[in-house]
Amino acid sequence: MLINQISIFLGNTPGRLATVAEVLAENNVDIRALCIADTTDFGILRIIVDNTDLAFEKLKEKGFAVNITSVITVSMSDKPGSMANCLTVLKDAGVAIEYLYAFTGRKKERAFIVIKADNNEKAIESLKNRDISVIKSLEEI
Amino acid sequence: MEKYWQQEEETMSRELIQKIQSERLRALVQRVYENVPYYKQKMIDKGVEPGDIVTVADISKLPFTTKQDLRDTYPFGLFAKPADEIVRIHASSGTTGKQTIVGYTKNDIKVWADLVARSLSCAGADKNSTVQVAYGYGLFTGGLGLHYGTEALGATVIPVSAGNTSRQIQMMMDLGSTHIACTPSYALYLAETIMKENVDTSKLKLRAGIFGAEPWTENMRNEIEHRLNLKAYDIYGLSEIMGPGVSCGCGYNNGLHIWEDHFIPEIIDPDTGETLPAGTKGELIFTTITKEGLPLIRYRTKDISALDYDACGCGRTMARMSKVTGRTDDMLIIRGVNVFPSQVESVILEFDSVEPHYQLIVDRVDNLDTLSVEVEMTTEIFSDEIRLLEKFESSIKKRIEAVLGISANVKLVEPLTITRSEGKAKRVIDRREIK
Repeated sequence: MLINQISIFLGNTPGRLATVAEVLAENNVDIRALCIADTTDFGILRIIVDNTDLAFEKLKEKGFAVNITSVITVSMSDKPGSMANCLTVLKDAGVAIEYLYAFTGRKKERAFIVIKADNNEKAIESLKNRDISVIKSLEEI
Repeated sequence: MEKYWQQEEETMSRELIQKIQSERLRALVQRVYENVPYYKQKMIDKGVEPGDIVTVADISKLPFTTKQDLRDTYPFGLFAKPADEIVRIHASSGTTGKQTIVGYTKNDIKVWADLVARSLSCAGADKNSTVQVAYGYGLFTGGLGLHYGTEALGATVIPVSAGNTSRQIQMMMDLGSTHIACTPSYALYLAETIMKENVDTSKLKLRAGIFGAEPWTENMRNEIEHRLNLKAYDIYGLSEIMGPGVSCGCGYNNGLHIWEDHFIPEIIDPDTGETLPAGTKGELIFTTITKEGLPLIRYRTKDISALDYDACGCGRTMARMSKVTGRTDDMLIIRGVNVFPSQVESVILEFDSVEPHYQLIVDRVDNLDTLSVEVEMTTEIFSDEIRLLEKFESSIKKRIEAVLGISANVKLVEPLTITRSEGKAKRVIDRREIK
C-alpha cells in the first residue's frame, strides 16, 4: 500500500533543481509527482518517479544527499469534498500528517494526494475501513 | 582637566626611556633566571646568560615566549613569585584546550591600575569623570582592569558589567556617565538600542568611549562617534601581558601609546623571528619589564602591528603601535571572544555521520559580528522531514554556543560543496573589512 518517494536535499544555490531535472532526463526517468519544501537555508525536493532505483542511484552518483521514503497515495474522484472526506478520516483516527501534496494523474476525473503520516500503517488501516482507495502501485495513477 | 596621569613617565625623553628599559630588562632577566626554572632552561638552550643582557639592544638575544609555553607550564609554571605573593588570577577567554592562567602580585595590580589610569587620561577622563564599565567582570581582564584603573584615577566607576542594554542606558542617563568602556561592537549595539527605544539623547552626558578587545575599523570609529556623539578611543591589551591598558590611543588618533616603562615592544617577522625596523608591519611582541607575578620575555602576541617612535602631538613620548590589523594565526575575535576554527571542528565532529568539512563565515552585519557555520549534508543525516533537519541544525548551534560562548548560525549545505584543498584547508571566510 506504500509507494516509494525519493527525497533530495537541495542547497540554496541557483541551478540545483535544474541539475536534478537534467540527471532524470538523461536517464529517461519520468516524474509522476513532485513537491518542494523550502526553508531559508535549504530545500527538499520530493519526487515520485517511474524508476525509483535508477533515479536514486544516478542522483547519488551526482553527489546529492538522497533518501527513499514510503508514502501513502490516496486516489479519489476529482470533485469538491473528496480531500475533506479523506482528511476527516485521518483526523478521526488521530493520525498526524507530516506533509501532503496533490497531483492529477493520467486517469480522467481522478485526483491523488500523497501523504506522509506519523503512523502510515494506522493511516492506511483507517482509510481502508472507510473504503477510501489507497493505491498499491504506480500503474494505478 | 589633568592631561596626564603620570606626566613625568609619560613624557620622558627617548634616552631616558631606553635607560630605564635597560635597567629593568637586566633586572627582569636576572629575576626569571633565578626564579623560573622553565625560563632558565630556555635561556640555557639558547646559549644566553643574564650577563649577556646589558642594554635594551641586547633583547633580541633572548628566547621568545608563546602561548604554548603558558599551556605547557599550566597553571603556575611561569610564575616568578610564590603563591603567598599572588593576589589575583585571571584567565584568557575561550581558547583551544586549556585556558591560560595569569597571576598578579599586589604591585602588579597597582601598576595595572596606574596604566589604565594613564589610558583613561589619554581619553580625556579625570577625577570628575564617571566611567561606565560595560566589559564583562570575572576571569576576563576587561571588567576589573578598567574598574581598578578608574578608581586609581579617582573617577567614579559604574561596574555595570556586560549585557542588559536597557539597564546600561538607564544608568547612563540617571548617573550621567561621561565615559563608557566596552567592545566597539557593543557600543554600536547600544547606539541602536538608544535609537530604537527613543531615548532622549540630550539627557546623555557621554563624552568619550574606551573601546577594545576586538579589532575594529576607522569606519566603525566614525560610525560610533557619530551615533553616540562621543569621541572613540582605542585601548589594547592581553591578559598574558597584563590586560587592557598595555597601550591606548589619544586625541591625536595616530596609534596607541605603549607604556614603554613597563613593556618593551618589538616587531618581528613571524616566520623568521627577525626583528623588523620601526614602521614595518609584523608580529607584535612584548617583554614585561616590571611584572612580578608572571613576567614574560618576548611574548608573541600574534597580533600584527607596526611601531612609531616619533613623539606625539599630545606630548607623550612613548612609542605608538598602529591599530591591530590582523593575526598571524587562525584565531578569530568574534564579538570580543577568541575563537579557533579547531574548536568548531571538535564540536561538529561530536555529531555522528557528519563530514569533517565545514566552513566558518564571519561577517559584520549592522556593525555586529556574525558567525555562520556551514556543515555538509550527508545521506546518513539526511531526513525527508524539515523538522528533523532543523532540529539537527539547532543541536549543533546549541553545542557551539555552549563550547565557544557565542551564538552561531548553522547552515546545512549540499554534499561536496565545501571546497577541498590540497594543503591547509581554508576554513574561514572573514568578510569583515578591518583595515
